[in-house]
Amino acid sequence: MGDPINLISRWFNDLLLGWGVAENLVKVISLAIGATIVATLSLATVIALIWVERKIAGRLQDRPGPNRAGPYGLFQPFADIIKIFTKEITIPDGADHVAFNIAPVLALGSVLLIWAVIPFAATVVGANINVGVLYIVAVGSFGVVAVLMAGWSSNNKFALLGSFRAVAQMVSYEVPMVIALLTPVLLARSMGLNDIVAAQTPWFIIVAPLAALIFLITSMAEVGRAPFDLLEAESEIVAGFHTEYSGMGFGAFYVSEFLHVWTIGALIATFFLGGWSGPGVETLPVLGILYFYLKTFIGYFVVTWIRLSLPRVRIDQLLAFNWKFLTPLSLAVLIVTAILDKALELAAVERWAYALMMLAANLIIGWATVLILKAIEPKRKRQRVEFTPRPIAVAPKSVDNVSSR
Amino acid sequence: MLDNWLYIGLFIVVALFIPAVAVFLPRLIGPRKPNAIKQEIYECGIETVGDAWVQFKVQYYIFALIFLIFDIETVFLFPWAVAFDKLPLFAVMEGVLFIMILLVGLFYLWRKGALEWA
Repeated sequence: MGDPINLISRWFNDLLLGWGVAENLVKVISLAIGATIVATLSLATVIALIWVERKIAGRLQDRPGPNRAGPYGLFQPFADIIKIFTKEITIPDGADHVAFNIAPVLALGSVLLIWAVIPFAATVVGANINVGVLYIVAVGSFGVVAVLMAGWSSNNKFALLGSFRAVAQMVSYEVPMVIALLTPVLLARSMGLNDIVAAQTPWFIIVAPLAALIFLITSMAEVGRAPFDLLEAESEIVAGFHTEYSGMGFGAFYVSEFLHVWTIGALIATFFLGGWSGPGVETLPVLGILYFYLKTFIGYFVVTWIRLSLPRVRIDQLLAFNWKFLTPLSLAVLIVTAILDKALELAAVERWAYALMMLAANLIIGWATVLILKAIEPKRKRQRVEFTPRPIAVAPKSVDNVSSR
Repeated sequence: MLDNWLYIGLFIVVALFIPAVAVFLPRLIGPRKPNAIKQEIYECGIETVGDAWVQFKVQYYIFALIFLIFDIETVFLFPWAVAFDKLPLFAVMEGVLFIMILLVGLFYLWRKGALEWA
């Protein structure tokens, strides 16, 4: 009773087998239906997210947000969709048509593909593969290719600049992100997402808070949202890589960004907040879906909150922050976690003592990092420049020359 | 196990098919009236000057190279992390040494000024 989703899928399989469909075909059909449901559900979430995000943005900026279309402005995303679907698609002169058209599809597909391996509940997993983390990293990198294709094929200088920035940023931030992901893999001794969730006693945000923080920051940079929205910095390079896109071409990039933020929430929930685990999931696995979505929303809300609170960084600050701060820090966290984990395993300490020691070690590293940073780069003193009175108009010096000519 | 990869294969088809439909459907239902001015490349309201494929900073290339080194490193570290239970202390320290060498490499790049943007 506790698992209606598997019950329905088994009933459906039996139904098809009863009709005399070949067993292999039944498997393919039921997997294809599962894939379609997961993909459609993820895209349907975006429709809700557009409303949620605009409402959150409105409230945080002290305005009501969308409130005209339907109750509480709930029909706003549907109005947006109808509008964007009926827009004309313009392709600029001299653009590479093939790459120009494939880029938005690839951008959305790369984010959608991550959902293939995410465990919604203990028994509701799309593909419980043993290289889940590697799969997520690999598939996520396709987004970089899509952005580069979009910028390169647009035949536009701003688009090209935006895509260069995007690639530099996404590629750089991938390094600490992957290293931060190594920590939960190391703690769970598995790359399968379901194993990582099952190994979280207590949640990894307690055992590895620094890795969670690094993952949050770097994945925000991967999405390319404020404060890391250099790839579409509207005050500098018009709209970045999607300057020349209109209608649904732009819409696909927009949807992929929203879905990516939601996916980041899901990944944070899976890796650090215990995924589907919660009270009562042993007897009623379906409850796990509820817990998973709740935790995903927490991650999503934090990312949105940061996006709406912080100003954009400069490109040199962005890369320096990554290479001179996040990468060494993530490597240090990995080293300390590995050594401490092995030492505590050899000492055979209790689980709660292990978690406490890990937390303490993380806090010490964080504190030491702050101290080192303060020593390297002390707070810049404000240089007061006094106003020196100067005359508004000065007589030209070469008056004599002019008169003598 | 093979079922899972079949699922992913089907998912790739679905995940590329849905966006493809979404992107190409507006071509059928949307208006289509291209003209010379509409199809022009946007450049802050003036006519486009020169080629779009301009020279860019060499720094992008250097960062790409550094990324390549570190990304390969992480691929080596994943098996190490997965097999952590079976590793003796010696193998753990070997892994740590490997990370240290790359950390030294990072500091070398830092000192060489490869991480500077200006």
